[in-house]
Amino acid sequence: MSRQTNRGTESKKMSSELFTLTYGALVTQLCKDYENDEDVNKQLDKMGYNIGVRLIEDFLARSNVGRCHDFRETADVIAKVAFKMYLGITPGITNWSPAGDEFSLILENNPLVDFVELPDNHSSLIYSNLLCGVLRGALEMVQMAVEAKFVQDTLKGDGVTEIRMRFIRRIEDNLPAGEE
Amino acid sequence: MADAVLFEFLHTEMVAELWAQDPDPDPGPGGQKMSLSVLEGMGFRVGQAMAERLPRETLAFREELDVLKFLCKDLWVAVFQKQMDSLRTNHQGTYVLQDNSFPLLIRMSSGLQYLEEAPKFLAFTCGILRGALSTLGIKSLVTASVAALPACKFQVVIQRC
Repeated sequence: MSRQTNRGTESKKMSSELFTLTYGALVTQLCKDYENDEDVNKQLDKMGYNIGVRLIEDFLARSNVGRCHDFRETADVIAKVAFKMYLGITPGITNWSPAGDEFSLILENNPLVDFVELPDNHSSLIYSNLLCGVLRGALEMVQMAVEAKFVQDTLKGDGVTEIRMRFIRRIEDNLPAGEE
Repeated sequence: MADAVLFEFLHTEMVAELWAQDPDPDPGPGGQKMSLSVLEGMGFRVGQAMAERLPRETLAFREELDVLKFLCKDLWVAVFQKQMDSLRTNHQGTYVLQDNSFPLLIRMSSGLQYLEEAPKFLAFTCGILRGALSTLGIKSLVTASVAALPACKFQVVIQRC
């Protein structure tokens, strides 16, 4: 079921704000609901995971990318196709580990944090942690167990925002007959 | 530019999350109301902020009805990539906005099966409407009702001080 939309530049622009603003309202609400930043971070990760396991279907349906043969291809698809499609940005891929099982996504600007400032009493908050959950959930659905975490954050004064991706293992799952 | 589908996924997850937090396992009217009002409050802040970002010229409306028309067209397109299907008023401060295929209800099967669940998926949007109206200088009460998915109605009642 596809929704054919006629998106002019105006509505695209407001859509971006809608997601950013909604995300901000969510983080604010979670900070009220939970007493400490760690719990908020966990909640964001969990919600991101739930989104990721469903977002992957949307992604695969719309992007037409085939199966990735290694982690390098995966990195390319994440940065150049997925991030572009959903957030309109193309992070850089750097800092590959010698074994090829870890890399960094470098986001020069993070659309989630437009107009956001972290107040002083939330220094442990990983504001965009939803993204880590989304990546983890989506990749799990394509048989990859990964760890994603923020190692730099412009909200905390760093020059760029950096997400470190680590391949843990392939998930050998019982796939329904007929799927490869 | 975030893809519109991200908002849908996030919204669905927010509804699930705020409902799961309800400590009362048997959601009586009290528990339900609290979760709904939290969602509505979040929508309010989003609607407020979205309207604040509009260019000045857009904000100069001649009449109250023009504001409602603006919500039905421009705001609805910005949020849901479609216009509201109909707008009715009694010309005494009550407006009924009808969307025959509300995007946040579409993923649920149509008809009467999930009627009970529908209000959870409307609360945030009621807030968006109320928040946008607030920025545009209008105090209101916004409620929503569903007769059969995915059609729904938003009722806007202008509060005159």
